[in-house]
Amino acid sequence: MEFKPRIVAFLCNWCSYTGADLAGTSRMEYKANVRAIRVMCSGRIEPTFVLKAFINGADGVLVCGCHPGDCHYQEGNYRCLRRFLLLQKYTKQMGLETERLKLEWISASEGKQFAELVNSFTETITELGPCKIKETMKVLM
Amino acid sequence: MEESKPKLKLAIYWASACGGCCVSVLDVHEKLFDVIAAADLVFWPIALDIKYKDVEGMPDKHIDLTLFNGAVRNSENEHMAKLLRAKSKILVAYGSCSHLGGIPGLANFSTKEELLRRVFIETESVINPDKVLPLPEYEVKEGILNLPEFYNDVRSLSQVTEVDYFIPGCPPQTERLLEVFTAIVTGAELPPKGSVIGADIKTQCDECIRNKSENKRIKKFYRPWEIEDDGVSCFMEQGVICMGPATRAGCGYRCIKGNAPCRGCYGPPPGVADPGAKMMSAIAGIIDEKEPEEIRRVLEDVVDPAGSFYRFSLPVSLIRRKLV
Ligand code: SF4
Ligand code: SF4
Ligand code: SF4
Ligand code: FES
Repeated sequence: MEFKPRIVAFLCNWCSYTGADLAGTSRMEYKANVRAIRVMCSGRIEPTFVLKAFINGADGVLVCGCHPGDCHYQEGNYRCLRRFLLLQKYTKQMGLETERLKLEWISASEGKQFAELVNSFTETITELGPCKIKETMKVLM
Repeated sequence: MEESKPKLKLAIYWASACGGCCVSVLDVHEKLFDVIAAADLVFWPIALDIKYKDVEGMPDKHIDLTLFNGAVRNSENEHMAKLLRAKSKILVAYGSCSHLGGIPGLANFSTKEELLRRVFIETESVINPDKVLPLPEYEVKEGILNLPEFYNDVRSLSQVTEVDYFIPGCPPQTERLLEVFTAIVTGAELPPKGSVIGADIKTQCDECIRNKSENKRIKKFYRPWEIEDDGVSCFMEQGVICMGPATRAGCGYRCIKGNAPCRGCYGPPPGVADPGAKMMSAIAGIIDEKEPEEIRRVLEDVVDPAGSFYRFSLPVSLIRRKLV
């Protein structure tokens, strides 16, 4: 059976979600594997959200926020970046491929960039295959 | 002395443990006499010669209170966990190993194969040319010999059987054990089943004795031995990683009073699903850099996030073992 990766994207309301919306309304073609979760600011995305997404079966997680300097809450995206880099260091230690977790800045006008990001990320994850975290967490022995 | 009041039947057991929890019970010192006056010890392998078969022969719910320390790492631990569950009215997970998986739980960073290979074949002091590994069953001419089966995953007690209460700590603070014990003996009302007892609901930081300022800004992290601790300000503000923000209070700031940062043995406070996730947020919140390269440089000093943030809690955390 063909592997269809499940991708969860956390998008900040003010830039990235609007950008994703633009990609949709402009009828740009992008892969339908993405479940978008809107948060007010990328600074709201806690490491727990990302870990739970993986445990519940995501094969890849995208985190998107406003470009540096553009966060509507001033510093949220910097906080997001710092958490992200530490989280990635940790998930790598746990044996999760670093490519499965990606952070990108997407502005409200970057519909095209969002579509391209989703397509290239989906491709990367398809090549990697299913994430083994869900299976590993199932067994207890 | 009320002669008529029946004595409490008390059992203490160690599974995959270091022995420290049993010693912490002995640390009640002369209060041990009060304990013995109120309770009969019916099973305690470190101190009494009572066999497993004696426990197996007890009627169900025969023991009033069992303090179970140690994690569950093999089939013997699992058997004893389930047996003591059946034989006890109150089963308490005593200490970090039993509560969260504890230090033995760090073995979940490896697989069973890796561990057996390292211990029985590769270890520098081992001579094992035939590469013999322990087997759960082995036939000799006198019959079949058995060893407990070594599992791939270390589990906490509640991942194996139903637990009534959890007393955290590596080992638990002895005073807190006495409080709990007294409450049970006097028949005081106990908290709902499944509660953590003998600890607080706040975090270490909430009432920490060290000085905290509003403006935490860190450009470099240090291992404790790399800096001269000023003895008064918050460890994190000095750039030393302290598990306080992700740890339940109740130990009496044992480590901090000894001028060492908290390592997290009391486990996460209520409402925190994953201590490491909480620590990642706490650390990200104080790094005073904005450029990815600069942040990466600061994070280089956070040498082992997985091992440091989940030192006592790996088996019960969101990602509870290294992926295989
Ligand atoms: S909780 Fe700590 S003291 Fe108790 S058995 Fe485990 S390692 Fe030893
Ligand atoms: S981080 Fe550590 S030293 Fe600082 S307030 Fe919290 S417990 Fe105390
Ligand atoms: S300070 Fe932290 S590590 Fe030390 S005993 Fe208390 S909870 Fe445990
Ligand atoms: S509002 Fe977009 S990152 Fe903060």
